[in-house]
Amino acid sequence: MSVVRLLDVRGLRAGYDGVPVLHGVDLQVDAGEIVTLLGSNGAGKSTLNNNLSGLFQPSAGQVLFEGEDITGAPSMGIVARGLVQVPEGRRIFPNLTVLENLELGSYRRARGHCSRNLECVTAIFPRLGERLPQAAGTLSGGEQQMLAIGRGLMAEPRLLILDEPSLGLSPLLVEEMFALIRRLHEEGLALLLVEQNVVQSLELAQRGYVLENGRIVLSGTAASLREDPALRRAYLGV
Amino acid sequence: MLDPIILLPAAINGLTMGAVYALVALGLTLIYGVLHIINFAHGSLLMVGLYGAFFLHRAGLDPYLALVVMVPALFFTGYALQWSVIGKASHGSDQNILLVTLGASIVIENLALYFFSADTRTIDTPYSFEMIDLGVALVPLPRVIAFAAALVLAAVLWFLIARTDLGRAIRAVAKERQGARLVGIDVDHIFAMSFGIGTACLGAAACLLLPMFYVSPHVGHVFVLVAFTVVVLGGMGSFSGALIGGLLIGVTESLGGLLLGESLGQMGIFLIFIATLMFRPSGLFGSRLS
Repeated sequence: MSVVRLLDVRGLRAGYDGVPVLHGVDLQVDAGEIVTLLGSNGAGKSTLNNNLSGLFQPSAGQVLFEGEDITGAPSMGIVARGLVQVPEGRRIFPNLTVLENLELGSYRRARGHCSRNLECVTAIFPRLGERLPQAAGTLSGGEQQMLAIGRGLMAEPRLLILDEPSLGLSPLLVEEMFALIRRLHEEGLALLLVEQNVVQSLELAQRGYVLENGRIVLSGTAASLREDPALRRAYLGV
Repeated sequence: MLDPIILLPAAINGLTMGAVYALVALGLTLIYGVLHIINFAHGSLLMVGLYGAFFLHRAGLDPYLALVVMVPALFFTGYALQWSVIGKASHGSDQNILLVTLGASIVIENLALYFFSADTRTIDTPYSFEMIDLGVALVPLPRVIAFAAALVLAAVLWFLIARTDLGRAIRAVAKERQGARLVGIDVDHIFAMSFGIGTACLGAAACLLLPMFYVSPHVGHVFVLVAFTVVVLGGMGSFSGALIGGLLIGVTESLGGLLLGESLGQMGIFLIFIATLMFRPSGLFGSRLS
Protein backbone atom coordinates (compact mmCIF):
# COMPACT_ATOMS: atom_id res chain seq x y z
CA MET A 1 0.00 0.00 0.00
CA SER A 2 1.34 3.39 -0.92
CA VAL A 3 1.01 6.49 1.24
CA VAL A 4 -2.50 7.98 1.28
CA ARG A 5 -2.79 10.82 -1.22
CA LEU A 6 -4.52 14.07 -0.33
CA LEU A 7 -6.49 13.97 -3.57
CA ASP A 8 -6.58 10.91 -5.78
CA VAL A 9 -8.68 11.05 -8.94
CA ARG A 10 -8.95 7.75 -10.80
CA GLY A 11 -10.42 7.28 -14.26
CA LEU A 12 -12.90 10.13 -13.85
CA ARG A 13 -15.51 10.42 -16.59
CA ALA A 14 -18.02 13.23 -16.58
CA GLY A 15 -20.08 15.44 -18.86
CA TYR A 16 -23.26 17.43 -19.22
CA ASP A 17 -26.62 15.84 -20.09
CA GLY A 18 -24.98 12.77 -21.52
CA VAL A 19 -22.41 14.66 -23.60
CA PRO A 20 -19.06 13.35 -22.34
CA VAL A 21 -16.38 15.93 -21.55
CA LEU A 22 -13.87 14.03 -19.43
CA HIS A 23 -12.79 10.63 -20.77
CA GLY A 24 -11.02 9.10 -17.79
CA VAL A 25 -8.84 11.57 -15.89
CA ASP A 26 -6.18 10.46 -13.39
CA LEU A 27 -4.67 13.11 -11.15
CA GLN A 28 -3.05 13.21 -7.71
CA VAL A 29 -2.22 15.94 -5.23
CA ASP A 30 -0.16 15.27 -2.10
CA ALA A 31 -0.18 17.26 1.13
CA GLY A 32 1.73 20.53 0.92
CA GLU A 33 2.07 20.38 -2.86
CA ILE A 34 1.21 22.88 -5.58
CA VAL A 35 0.00 20.97 -8.59
CA THR A 36 -0.96 22.83 -11.72
CA LEU A 37 -3.56 21.71 -14.21
CA LEU A 38 -2.93 23.25 -17.62
CA GLY A 39 -5.06 23.23 -20.70
CA SER A 40 -6.70 25.48 -23.23
CA ASN A 41 -10.29 26.70 -23.22
CA GLY A 42 -12.75 23.84 -23.47
CA ALA A 43 -10.23 21.18 -22.43
CA GLY A 44 -12.45 20.25 -19.47
CA LYS A 45 -10.61 21.96 -16.59
CA SER A 46 -13.66 23.56 -15.02
CA THR A 47 -15.72 20.42 -15.61
CA LEU A 48 -13.11 18.52 -13.63
CA ASN A 49 -13.17 21.07 -10.79
CA ASN A 50 -16.93 21.13 -10.60
CA ASN A 51 -17.08 17.37 -10.43
CA LEU A 52 -14.44 17.35 -7.69
CA SER A 53 -16.48 19.96 -5.77
CA GLY A 54 -19.70 17.99 -6.08
CA LEU A 55 -21.57 20.46 -8.28
CA PHE A 56 -21.99 17.67 -10.84
CA GLN A 57 -22.04 13.91 -10.56
CA PRO A 58 -19.32 12.05 -12.48
CA SER A 59 -20.56 9.19 -14.66
CA ALA A 60 -17.65 6.89 -13.84
CA GLY A 61 -14.39 6.79 -11.94
CA GLN A 62 -13.44 7.58 -8.39
CA VAL A 63 -12.45 10.61 -6.34
CA LEU A 64 -10.61 9.89 -3.09
CA PHE A 65 -9.92 12.70 -0.64
CA GLU A 66 -7.56 11.80 2.21
CA GLY A 67 -8.25 8.17 1.36
CA GLU A 68 -12.03 8.46 1.58
CA ASP A 69 -14.32 8.02 -1.38
CA ILE A 70 -16.14 11.29 -2.09
CA THR A 71 -17.29 10.40 -5.61
CA GLY A 72 -20.70 11.96 -6.21
CA ALA A 73 -20.95 13.37 -2.68
CA PRO A 74 -22.93 16.62 -2.32
CA SER A 75 -20.91 19.85 -2.39
CA MET A 76 -21.61 20.66 1.26
CA GLY A 77 -20.09 17.33 2.35
CA ILE A 78 -17.02 17.97 0.22
CA VAL A 79 -16.55 21.48 1.65
CA ALA A 80 -16.99 20.06 5.14
CA ARG A 81 -14.01 17.73 4.50
CA GLY A 82 -11.83 20.67 3.50
CA LEU A 83 -11.79 20.41 -0.30
CA VAL A 84 -12.60 24.01 -1.22
CA GLN A 85 -12.79 25.55 -4.68
CA VAL A 86 -12.29 29.18 -5.63
CA PRO A 87 -14.20 29.08 -8.89
CA GLU A 88 -13.54 30.69 -12.21
CA GLY A 89 -15.49 33.96 -12.39
CA ARG A 90 -15.17 34.32 -8.59
CA ARG A 91 -18.82 33.63 -7.80
CA ILE A 92 -18.82 36.00 -4.86
CA PHE A 93 -22.13 37.25 -3.46
CA PRO A 94 -22.43 40.74 -5.01
CA ASN A 95 -25.43 41.79 -2.89
CA LEU A 96 -23.71 40.95 0.39
CA THR A 97 -21.03 42.97 2.13
CA VAL A 98 -17.39 41.91 2.02
CA LEU A 99 -17.67 40.87 5.67
CA GLU A 100 -20.77 38.76 5.00
CA ASN A 101 -19.04 37.10 2.05
CA LEU A 102 -16.12 36.14 4.26
CA GLU A 103 -18.39 34.96 7.07
CA LEU A 104 -20.23 32.71 4.62
CA GLY A 105 -16.84 31.20 3.77
CA SER A 106 -16.98 29.46 7.14
CA TYR A 107 -20.65 28.52 6.79
CA ARG A 108 -19.96 24.79 6.59
CA ARG A 109 -16.46 24.41 8.01
CA ALA A 110 -14.28 26.11 10.66
CA ARG A 111 -17.29 28.01 11.93
CA GLY A 112 -15.89 28.23 15.43
CA HIS A 113 -12.71 29.84 14.11
CA CYS A 114 -14.57 32.44 12.07
CA SER A 115 -13.30 35.54 13.89
CA ARG A 116 -9.72 34.22 14.10
CA ASN A 117 -9.70 33.33 10.39
CA LEU A 118 -11.21 36.69 9.56
CA GLU A 119 -8.18 38.32 11.17
CA CYS A 120 -5.84 36.06 9.15
CA VAL A 121 -7.61 36.81 5.87
CA THR A 122 -7.68 40.56 6.43
CA ALA A 123 -3.98 40.37 7.34
CA ILE A 124 -3.27 38.66 4.00
CA PHE A 125 -5.58 41.05 2.14
CA PRO A 126 -5.51 44.44 3.91
CA ARG A 127 -7.63 45.86 1.05
CA LEU A 128 -10.51 43.60 2.06
CA GLY A 129 -10.12 44.67 5.66
CA GLU A 130 -10.61 48.29 4.63
CA ARG A 131 -13.76 47.42 2.70
CA LEU A 132 -15.62 45.08 5.07
CA PRO A 133 -18.94 47.01 5.11
CA GLN A 134 -18.94 47.59 1.34
CA ALA A 135 -21.17 45.59 -1.02
CA ALA A 136 -18.96 42.99 -2.70
CA GLY A 137 -20.38 43.79 -6.14
CA THR A 138 -18.81 47.25 -5.97
CA LEU A 139 -15.24 45.90 -5.63
CA SER A 140 -12.82 46.01 -8.54
CA GLY A 141 -12.05 42.79 -10.40
CA GLY A 142 -8.79 42.23 -8.54
CA GLU A 143 -10.42 42.86 -5.18
CA GLN A 144 -13.22 40.46 -6.06
CA GLN A 145 -10.63 37.79 -6.84
CA MET A 146 -8.99 38.45 -3.47
CA LEU A 147 -12.41 38.17 -1.83
CA ALA A 148 -13.08 34.85 -3.56
CA ILE A 149 -9.75 33.48 -2.32
CA GLY A 150 -10.30 34.99 1.14
CA ARG A 151 -13.72 33.37 1.29
CA GLY A 152 -12.13 30.04 0.39
CA LEU A 153 -9.47 30.44 3.11
CA MET A 154 -12.16 31.10 5.74
CA ALA A 155 -13.03 27.39 5.59
CA GLU A 156 -9.47 26.38 6.58
CA PRO A 157 -9.12 24.23 3.45
CA ARG A 158 -6.99 21.08 3.37
CA LEU A 159 -6.81 21.50 -0.40
CA LEU A 160 -7.64 24.70 -2.22
CA ILE A 161 -8.58 24.50 -5.89
CA LEU A 162 -7.93 27.80 -7.64
CA ASP A 163 -9.67 27.96 -11.01
CA GLU A 164 -7.97 30.55 -13.23
CA PRO A 165 -7.21 33.06 -10.47
CA SER A 166 -5.29 35.31 -12.86
CA LEU A 167 -8.10 35.52 -15.44
CA GLY A 168 -9.03 39.09 -16.25
CA LEU A 169 -6.40 40.67 -14.01
CA SER A 170 -3.85 43.23 -15.11
CA PRO A 171 -0.25 41.94 -15.51
CA LEU A 172 0.74 43.65 -12.26
CA LEU A 173 -2.10 41.98 -10.37
CA VAL A 174 -1.25 38.63 -11.96
CA GLU A 175 2.25 38.96 -10.45
CA GLU A 176 0.65 39.77 -7.11
CA MET A 177 -1.66 36.78 -7.39
CA PHE A 178 1.19 34.35 -8.05
CA ALA A 179 3.18 35.83 -5.16
CA LEU A 180 0.16 35.24 -2.94
CA ILE A 181 -0.20 31.63 -4.11
CA ARG A 182 3.49 31.06 -3.31
CA ARG A 183 2.94 32.51 0.15
CA LEU A 184 -0.08 30.29 0.83
CA HIS A 185 1.97 27.30 -0.25
CA GLU A 186 4.83 28.28 2.03
CA GLU A 187 2.39 28.27 4.91
CA GLY A 188 1.73 24.61 4.14
CA LEU A 189 -1.46 24.77 2.09
CA ALA A 190 -1.90 22.25 -0.70
CA LEU A 191 -3.11 23.83 -3.95
CA LEU A 192 -4.48 22.64 -7.23
CA LEU A 193 -3.83 25.56 -9.54
CA VAL A 194 -5.86 25.47 -12.73
CA GLU A 195 -4.39 27.92 -15.21
CA GLN A 196 -3.90 28.93 -18.80
CA ASN A 197 -0.89 30.94 -17.69
CA VAL A 198 1.59 28.17 -18.43
CA VAL A 199 4.96 29.81 -17.72
CA GLN A 200 4.13 31.28 -14.34
CA SER A 201 2.19 28.23 -13.20
CA LEU A 202 5.07 25.89 -13.99
CA GLU A 203 7.51 28.16 -12.16
CA LEU A 204 5.37 27.90 -9.05
CA ALA A 205 4.23 24.28 -9.10
CA GLN A 206 6.11 21.11 -8.20
CA ARG A 207 4.15 18.97 -10.63
CA GLY A 208 1.75 19.53 -13.47
CA TYR A 209 -0.82 17.90 -15.71
CA VAL A 210 -1.89 18.93 -19.18
CA LEU A 211 -5.55 18.33 -20.05
CA GLU A 212 -6.60 18.20 -23.69
CA ASN A 213 -10.03 17.21 -24.99
CA GLY A 214 -10.91 15.62 -21.68
CA ARG A 215 -7.76 13.52 -21.37
CA ILE A 216 -4.51 13.99 -19.47
CA VAL A 217 -2.01 14.06 -22.32
CA LEU A 218 1.08 14.98 -20.33
CA SER A 219 2.11 14.91 -16.69
CA GLY A 220 5.25 15.09 -14.63
CA THR A 221 7.40 17.40 -12.56
CA ALA A 222 7.15 21.06 -13.41
CA ALA A 223 10.81 21.04 -14.52
CA SER A 224 10.25 18.20 -16.97
CA LEU A 225 7.09 19.84 -18.35
CA ARG A 226 8.94 23.10 -18.89
CA GLU A 227 11.40 21.23 -21.11
CA ASP A 228 8.83 19.11 -22.91
CA PRO A 229 8.97 19.83 -26.65
CA ALA A 230 5.27 19.09 -27.25
CA LEU A 231 4.20 21.43 -24.47
CA ARG A 232 6.57 24.15 -25.62
CA ARG A 233 5.20 23.87 -29.13
CA ALA A 234 1.55 23.87 -28.08
CA TYR A 235 1.56 26.51 -25.36
CA LEU A 236 4.65 28.60 -25.70
CA GLY A 237 4.90 28.68 -29.47
CA VAL A 238 8.58 27.67 -29.54
CA MET B 1 -66.85 64.02 -0.65
CA LEU B 2 -63.25 65.24 -0.63
CA ASP B 3 -63.66 66.57 2.89
CA PRO B 4 -60.77 65.42 5.10
CA ILE B 5 -63.29 64.14 7.63
CA ILE B 6 -64.19 61.46 5.10
CA LEU B 7 -60.85 61.11 3.32
CA LEU B 8 -58.73 60.63 6.41
CA PRO B 9 -60.66 57.68 7.88
CA ALA B 10 -60.74 56.08 4.43
CA ALA B 11 -56.97 56.49 4.11
CA ILE B 12 -56.40 55.04 7.59
CA ASN B 13 -58.65 52.08 6.83
CA GLY B 14 -56.71 51.61 3.61
CA LEU B 15 -53.43 51.64 5.52
CA THR B 16 -54.62 48.84 7.80
CA MET B 17 -55.66 46.67 4.86
CA GLY B 18 -52.45 47.68 3.14
CA ALA B 19 -50.40 46.27 6.02
CA VAL B 20 -51.99 42.87 5.41
CA TYR B 21 -51.34 43.22 1.67
CA ALA B 22 -47.74 44.03 2.57
CA LEU B 23 -47.45 40.85 4.63
CA VAL B 24 -48.80 38.73 1.76
CA ALA B 25 -46.52 40.56 -0.67
CA LEU B 26 -43.46 40.11 1.58
CA GLY B 27 -43.96 36.36 1.36
CA LEU B 28 -44.36 36.55 -2.41
CA THR B 29 -41.32 38.78 -2.88
CA LEU B 30 -39.13 36.57 -0.67
CA ILE B 31 -40.02 33.49 -2.71
CA TYR B 32 -39.52 35.45 -5.93
CA GLY B 33 -36.18 36.83 -4.76
CA VAL B 34 -34.73 33.41 -3.97
CA LEU B 35 -36.43 31.04 -6.40
CA HIS B 36 -36.88 33.62 -9.20
CA ILE B 37 -40.47 32.58 -9.84
CA ILE B 38 -43.87 34.01 -9.08
CA ASN B 39 -45.53 31.57 -6.74
CA PHE B 40 -49.00 31.04 -8.22
CA ALA B 41 -49.97 28.92 -5.22
CA HIS B 42 -49.57 31.94 -2.92
CA GLY B 43 -53.28 32.82 -2.92
CA SER B 44 -54.45 29.28 -2.35
CA LEU B 45 -52.00 28.85 0.52
CA LEU B 46 -53.45 32.01 2.10
CA MET B 47 -56.85 30.39 1.69
CA VAL B 48 -55.53 27.29 3.45
CA GLY B 49 -54.37 29.56 6.28
CA LEU B 50 -57.75 31.25 6.50
CA TYR B 51 -59.56 27.89 6.69
CA GLY B 52 -57.07 26.75 9.31
CA ALA B 53 -57.76 29.82 11.44
CA PHE B 54 -61.49 29.45 10.77
CA PHE B 55 -61.64 25.87 12.04
CA LEU B 56 -59.37 26.65 14.98
CA HIS B 57 -61.83 29.40 15.89
CA ARG B 58 -64.68 26.94 15.64
CA ALA B 59 -62.71 24.70 18.01
CA GLY B 60 -62.51 27.59 20.42
CA LEU B 61 -59.20 29.26 19.64
CA ASP B 62 -59.13 33.02 19.13
CA PRO B 63 -57.70 33.96 15.69
CA TYR B 64 -54.89 36.00 17.28
CA LEU B 65 -53.88 33.07 19.48
CA ALA B 66 -54.12 30.88 16.39
CA LEU B 67 -51.06 32.75 15.07
CA VAL B 68 -48.94 30.49 17.28
CA VAL B 69 -50.34 27.46 15.45
CA MET B 70 -50.87 28.76 11.94
CA VAL B 71 -47.48 30.42 11.39
CA PRO B 72 -45.50 27.21 12.09
CA ALA B 73 -48.14 25.10 10.32
CA LEU B 74 -47.92 27.14 7.12
CA PHE B 75 -44.13 27.25 7.41
CA PHE B 76 -43.96 23.46 7.42
CA THR B 77 -46.55 23.25 4.64
CA GLY B 78 -44.45 25.59 2.48
CA TYR B 79 -41.20 23.83 3.35
CA ALA B 80 -42.68 20.41 2.53
CA LEU B 81 -44.32 21.66 -0.67
CA GLN B 82 -41.05 23.06 -2.00
CA TRP B 83 -38.93 20.16 -0.77
CA SER B 84 -41.11 17.27 -1.88
CA VAL B 85 -43.14 18.59 -4.84
CA ILE B 86 -41.98 21.84 -6.42
CA GLY B 87 -38.24 21.26 -6.18
CA LYS B 88 -38.48 17.64 -7.31
CA ALA B 89 -40.80 18.39 -10.22
CA SER B 90 -38.91 21.42 -11.48
CA HIS B 91 -35.75 19.57 -12.58
CA GLY B 92 -33.82 22.79 -12.15
CA SER B 93 -35.84 24.82 -14.64
CA ASP B 94 -37.60 27.97 -13.46
CA GLN B 95 -40.44 27.68 -15.99
CA ASN B 96 -41.30 24.28 -14.57
CA ILE B 97 -41.57 25.74 -11.05
CA LEU B 98 -44.02 28.30 -12.39
CA LEU B 99 -46.25 25.60 -13.85
CA VAL B 100 -45.96 23.39 -10.79
CA THR B 101 -47.11 26.19 -8.46
CA LEU B 102 -49.98 26.97 -10.84
CA GLY B 103 -50.96 23.29 -10.82
CA ALA B 104 -50.67 23.13 -7.04
CA SER B 105 -52.98 26.12 -6.66
CA ILE B 106 -55.64 24.46 -8.85
CA VAL B 107 -55.41 21.24 -6.83
CA ILE B 108 -55.54 23.05 -3.47
CA GLU B 109 -58.52 25.21 -4.46
CA ASN B 110 -60.53 22.32 -5.79
CA LEU B 111 -59.80 20.25 -2.71
CA ALA B 112 -61.12 23.18 -0.66
CA LEU B 113 -64.26 23.32 -2.84
CA TYR B 114 -64.75 19.60 -2.39
CA PHE B 115 -64.33 19.57 1.38
CA PHE B 116 -65.62 22.98 2.44
CA SER B 117 -68.11 23.80 -0.42
CA ALA B 118 -68.14 27.17 -2.13
CA ASP B 119 -69.85 28.90 0.82
CA THR B 120 -68.44 32.18 2.04
CA ARG B 121 -67.94 32.03 5.78
CA THR B 122 -67.14 34.56 8.45
CA ILE B 123 -66.49 34.35 12.16
CA ASP B 124 -67.97 36.30 15.04
CA THR B 125 -65.66 37.55 17.72
CA PRO B 126 -66.63 39.73 20.67
CA TYR B 127 -64.36 42.48 19.33
CA SER B 128 -65.37 42.30 15.66
CA PHE B 129 -67.29 45.56 15.84
CA GLU B 130 -65.34 47.31 18.55
CA MET B 131 -64.01 50.67 17.40
CA ILE B 132 -60.83 52.44 18.42
CA ASP B 133 -60.88 56.22 18.45
CA LEU B 134 -57.67 57.44 16.89
CA GLY B 135 -58.70 61.07 17.22
CA VAL B 136 -59.09 61.67 13.49
CA ALA B 137 -61.02 58.51 12.79
CA LEU B 138 -62.83 55.58 14.34
CA VAL B 139 -61.15 52.38 13.22
CA PRO B 140 -62.37 48.84 13.89
CA LEU B 141 -60.18 47.11 16.50
CA PRO B 142 -59.28 44.11 14.26
CA ARG B 143 -57.88 46.53 11.69
CA VAL B 144 -55.73 48.30 14.27
CA ILE B 145 -54.41 44.97 15.48
CA ALA B 146 -53.77 43.75 11.93
CA PHE B 147 -51.84 46.93 11.12
CA ALA B 148 -49.64 46.81 14.21
CA ALA B 149 -49.02 43.07 14.03
CA ALA B 150 -48.19 43.17 10.33
CA LEU B 151 -45.58 45.88 10.92
CA VAL B 152 -44.06 43.93 13.82
CA LEU B 153 -43.91 40.78 11.70
CA ALA B 154 -42.32 42.71 8.85
CA ALA B 155 -39.65 43.91 11.28
CA VAL B 156 -39.07 40.35 12.51
CA LEU B 157 -38.75 39.19 8.92
CA TRP B 158 -36.31 41.98 8.16
CA PHE B 159 -34.18 41.01 11.16
CA LEU B 160 -34.23 37.37 10.09
CA ILE B 161 -33.06 38.19 6.57
CA ALA B 162 -30.59 40.96 7.38
CA ARG B 163 -29.01 39.80 10.61
CA THR B 164 -28.99 36.03 10.93
CA ASP B 165 -26.89 33.25 9.42
CA LEU B 166 -29.97 31.86 7.72
CA GLY B 167 -30.73 35.27 6.23
CA ARG B 168 -27.17 35.61 4.91
CA ALA B 169 -27.45 32.19 3.29
CA ILE B 170 -30.85 33.10 1.79
CA ARG B 171 -29.47 36.30 0.29
CA ALA B 172 -26.40 34.46 -0.98
CA VAL B 173 -28.51 31.80 -2.71
CA ALA B 174 -30.78 34.50 -4.17
CA LYS B 175 -27.92 36.01 -6.20
CA GLU B 176 -25.27 33.34 -6.63
CA ARG B 177 -26.40 29.72 -6.39
CA GLN B 178 -23.16 28.15 -7.57
CA GLY B 179 -21.07 30.27 -5.20
CA ALA B 180 -23.44 29.26 -2.41
CA ARG B 181 -22.92 25.57 -3.18
CA LEU B 182 -19.15 26.11 -3.16
CA VAL B 183 -19.15 27.49 0.40
CA GLY B 184 -21.17 24.46 1.44
CA ILE B 185 -24.65 25.96 1.66
CA ASP B 186 -27.37 23.35 1.19
CA VAL B 187 -29.15 25.20 -1.60
CA ASP B 188 -32.20 22.91 -1.71
CA HIS B 189 -32.69 23.42 2.02
CA ILE B 190 -32.43 27.20 1.60
CA PHE B 191 -34.99 27.07 -1.24
CA ALA B 192 -37.37 25.18 1.03
CA MET B 193 -36.69 27.51 3.98
CA SER B 194 -37.44 30.54 1.79
CA PHE B 195 -40.63 28.98 0.51
CA GLY B 196 -41.53 28.02 4.09
CA ILE B 197 -40.92 31.51 5.46
CA GLY B 198 -42.81 33.06 2.54
CA THR B 199 -45.72 30.76 3.28
CA ALA B 200 -45.49 31.43 7.04
CA CYS B 201 -46.22 35.09 6.22
CA LEU B 202 -49.53 33.84 4.81
CA GLY B 203 -50.30 31.98 8.04
CA ALA B 204 -49.82 35.25 9.91
CA ALA B 205 -51.81 37.26 7.35
CA ALA B 206 -54.66 34.73 7.55
CA CYS B 207 -55.00 35.02 11.33
CA LEU B 208 -54.93 38.83 11.18
CA LEU B 209 -57.39 38.89 8.30
CA LEU B 210 -60.05 36.46 9.52
CA PRO B 211 -61.73 38.71 12.15
CA MET B 212 -62.34 41.40 9.53
CA PHE B 213 -62.75 39.37 6.34
CA TYR B 214 -64.33 36.18 5.05
CA VAL B 215 -63.09 32.84 3.80
CA SER B 216 -64.09 30.89 0.71
CA PRO B 217 -62.15 28.53 -1.58
CA HIS B 218 -61.48 31.38 -4.00
CA VAL B 219 -60.60 34.07 -1.47
CA GLY B 220 -56.93 33.85 -2.46
CA HIS B 221 -57.59 35.44 -5.86
CA VAL B 222 -58.45 38.75 -4.20
CA PHE B 223 -55.03 38.85 -2.61
CA VAL B 224 -52.72 37.26 -5.08
CA LEU B 225 -53.42 39.85 -7.79
CA VAL B 226 -53.04 42.68 -5.31
CA ALA B 227 -49.87 41.15 -3.86
CA PHE B 228 -48.46 40.72 -7.34
CA THR B 229 -49.15 44.39 -8.04
CA VAL B 230 -47.48 45.33 -4.76
CA VAL B 231 -44.39 43.30 -5.63
CA VAL B 232 -44.12 44.88 -9.09
CA LEU B 233 -44.79 48.36 -7.70
CA GLY B 234 -42.20 47.99 -4.94
CA GLY B 235 -39.63 46.29 -7.14
CA MET B 236 -39.38 42.52 -7.61
CA GLY B 237 -37.60 40.97 -4.65
CA SER B 238 -37.37 44.24 -2.69
CA PHE B 239 -38.36 44.10 0.97
CA SER B 240 -38.92 47.76 1.71
CA GLY B 241 -40.66 47.93 -1.67
CA ALA B 242 -43.18 45.27 -0.68
CA LEU B 243 -43.87 46.98 2.63
CA ILE B 244 -44.35 50.49 1.29
CA GLY B 245 -46.02 49.22 -1.88
CA GLY B 246 -48.53 47.28 0.23
CA LEU B 247 -49.47 50.33 2.30
CA LEU B 248 -49.72 52.46 -0.83
CA ILE B 249 -51.97 49.97 -2.59
CA GLY B 250 -54.16 49.66 0.49
CA VAL B 251 -54.72 53.43 0.57
CA THR B 252 -55.29 53.55 -3.20
CA GLU B 253 -57.92 50.85 -2.98
CA SER B 254 -59.69 52.53 -0.10
CA LEU B 255 -59.71 55.99 -1.67
CA GLY B 256 -60.61 54.50 -5.05
CA GLY B 257 -63.57 52.79 -3.44
CA LEU B 258 -64.63 56.04 -1.83
CA LEU B 259 -64.45 58.06 -5.03
CA LEU B 260 -65.57 55.49 -7.61
CA GLY B 261 -67.75 53.20 -5.55
CA GLU B 262 -66.81 50.03 -3.69
CA SER B 263 -66.80 47.68 -6.69
CA LEU B 264 -64.47 49.93 -8.68
CA GLY B 265 -62.05 50.49 -5.81
CA GLN B 266 -59.58 47.95 -7.17
CA MET B 267 -59.43 49.77 -10.49
CA GLY B 268 -57.02 52.26 -8.98
CA ILE B 269 -54.68 49.41 -8.07
CA PHE B 270 -54.43 48.21 -11.63
CA LEU B 271 -54.05 51.71 -12.99
CA ILE B 272 -51.02 52.02 -10.70
CA PHE B 273 -49.84 48.62 -11.89
CA ILE B 274 -50.00 49.66 -15.55
CA ALA B 275 -48.42 53.04 -14.84
CA THR B 276 -45.54 51.34 -12.98
CA LEU B 277 -44.90 48.99 -15.87
CA MET B 278 -44.95 51.91 -18.32
CA PHE B 279 -42.81 54.42 -16.47
CA ARG B 280 -40.72 52.52 -13.95
CA PRO B 281 -40.73 48.81 -14.80
CA SER B 282 -38.13 48.00 -12.14
CA GLY B 283 -40.46 49.34 -9.43
CA LEU B 284 -40.07 52.02 -6.79
CA PHE B 285 -37.26 50.26 -4.92
CA GLY B 286 -36.05 47.78 -7.51
CA SER B 287 -32.60 48.02 -8.92
CA ARG B 288 -32.70 49.22 -12.49
CA LEU B 289 -32.74 46.40 -14.98
CA SER B 290 -29.22 45.72 -16.13
